[in-house]
Amino acid sequence: MVMAAGKPSVSIKDLSLNFGNVQVLQALNLDIAEGEFLVLLGPSGCGKSTLLNCIAGLLDISDGQIFINGKNVTWEEPKDRGIGMVFQSYALYPQMTVEGNLSFGLKTAGLPKDEIAKRIARASEILQIEPLLKRKPSALSGGQRQRVAIGRALVRDVDVFLFDEPLSNLDAKLRSELRVEIKRLHQRLANTMIYVTHDQIEALTLADRIAVMKGGVIQQLDAPQAIYNRPVNRFVADFLGSPSMNFISGQLEGGEKPHFKADGVSVPLDRYAFDKSSAATGACIFGIRPEHIAHGEQAAALPFSREIEVEIIEPMGSDMLVWTKLGGSNLTFRAEAEKPLKVGDRVIVGFDPARASLFDAPTGNRI
Amino acid sequence: MADTATLDMAPAATATRIETGPRGAKPRKTFSRRNIFLYGTLIVVAVYYLLPLYVMVVTSLKGMPEIRLGNIFSPPVEITFEPWVKAWSQACTGLNCDGLSRGFWNSVRITVPSVILSIALASINGYALANWRFKGADLFFTILIVGAFIPYQVMIYPIVILLREIGLYGSLWGLVIVHSIFGMPILTLLFRNYFTSVPEELFKAARVDGAGFWGIYFRIMLPMSLPIFVVAIILQVTGIWNDFLFGVVYTRPDTYPMTVQLNNIVNSVQGVKEYNVNMAATILTGLVPLIVYFASGKLFVRGIAAGAVKG
Repeated sequence: MVMAAGKPSVSIKDLSLNFGNVQVLQALNLDIAEGEFLVLLGPSGCGKSTLLNCIAGLLDISDGQIFINGKNVTWEEPKDRGIGMVFQSYALYPQMTVEGNLSFGLKTAGLPKDEIAKRIARASEILQIEPLLKRKPSALSGGQRQRVAIGRALVRDVDVFLFDEPLSNLDAKLRSELRVEIKRLHQRLANTMIYVTHDQIEALTLADRIAVMKGGVIQQLDAPQAIYNRPVNRFVADFLGSPSMNFISGQLEGGEKPHFKADGVSVPLDRYAFDKSSAATGACIFGIRPEHIAHGEQAAALPFSREIEVEIIEPMGSDMLVWTKLGGSNLTFRAEAEKPLKVGDRVIVGFDPARASLFDAPTGNRI
Repeated sequence: MADTATLDMAPAATATRIETGPRGAKPRKTFSRRNIFLYGTLIVVAVYYLLPLYVMVVTSLKGMPEIRLGNIFSPPVEITFEPWVKAWSQACTGLNCDGLSRGFWNSVRITVPSVILSIALASINGYALANWRFKGADLFFTILIVGAFIPYQVMIYPIVILLREIGLYGSLWGLVIVHSIFGMPILTLLFRNYFTSVPEELFKAARVDGAGFWGIYFRIMLPMSLPIFVVAIILQVTGIWNDFLFGVVYTRPDTYPMTVQLNNIVNSVQGVKEYNVNMAATILTGLVPLIVYFASGKLFVRGIAAGAVKG
């Protein structure tokens, strides 16, 4: 695990959570640096929202400790943890105006009136919701509602922001707008932010570090680019990247000149950076991202190239996705939209094995 | 493709594009077989339901000589409000001859505190069961719901003893407590289901904002649940007002609710049967639930449907 730089803002130690006999989180450890934007990424049911609820204090944990700003908050109430939270369904109080929503927590905390007004003014200025203050949530659009929800966390003046899939209820266009706004907000406030999502684009664009979760366990915790380039196992490789990575099953042959062999294909691996110094032999899976496969003249110059037949073409506007077969498995690669490719054409594709990922077939771990 | 599109939009072409034959909305006949069956059935059922009410109103406005003629469906020849006045203020039940007015005020004094107490308790119960999932919540809820299926008759005598022991037997407050207890299972179920339909994240957000058990109840949940409160009020007002069994068991003659008094007026075996007074007394007794329905019918329907629509 990569240690976060600086003093940890949120620190989770050996956190476990069981619902009856079901282990949702297992001895989970995580340190989040001050001002860091951490994204918890995973498919639904992987425990990422549960982990966030544990940090917020909305779920009682079974074992372990949670520290926020060096203070042990394991048994503290949510309001005493110094957190603000934004929910997927906005969770605005429907009977209150926007102003009422923003001030509810502050009034509950017994803050003086002028202080409440000051904080609301600041938050609504940052989020540009001043014209909406007197409206009820039902009179707001989805994007405005989510902005108010962020404002409710903002006025609390806390150190740690928790986002629970805040953009999942919005349409694609609004989602990308608010994504940028959240990034801007983070740059401006420099608070610690923990962001739960199942959307890899949100994770890659927003995060300082991404924690990819599966089955209540963090699979990989690293910077977005590192996770993208060097996934630690097949699950992470498959989950991140769109279109997803190509996988070819085959055999790894070690020795002086390691090779990957599958159904008439032999890929030289002398440029591949093995995790272990000595390359093992045996069943393995070869993974290469569609965007790392070149075609045509450029391909011929690469360490591995092969002529293949185009099977399906999916135009995507800016480029197109071409489906073909290699080594008995499906292979997709990106091509420029202007390329005059047709189904049935034969084209040379190639890649640099240095950009590939090799996984042990039985365990799925990176070799 | 582009050529034909431009041709279609030319003004000369649009006028002639419509061909003969069916066009626009499909016409519907007023006296179709379907309509005759539908409205025919509805009218028959409505008459069937409203006829007794009509007989009651008509009879209550007749004098006794006219009633003795036996034409119960004929409208009154001479309209008189005498039976209404008698039913309200002069009809005799046992020793008292001050009519239904005594029972009316007794019923008010029973219904109002019972409704408030039972709804207050049940809404807090439902809120706790729905939002503050404590250990054994499901078991507790099951026990409460089982209570709704136990016949009242089984519990009458034990409750008599209980009330006697705490010294409330025969008093209005004793009856209020009984009504509150028996309203609990169904009302708790009602409120629990409503509060369960409130998004959980709202509750979580309020907790992050620092609101506690009562803070969330009074400031978040209560203002959101007006429809379900109206439903509960209607159920309880009509239920408690119309109750006869508990009223006759747990009160004394001077604290009898209106329904018990009505029974005593109508079923008195001495003297002549004054049908017009009986009818007037019955309508008077049924008036309160009727008014509640008419006044809040719209809200009632909205409350019943509230669970189905996302807030």
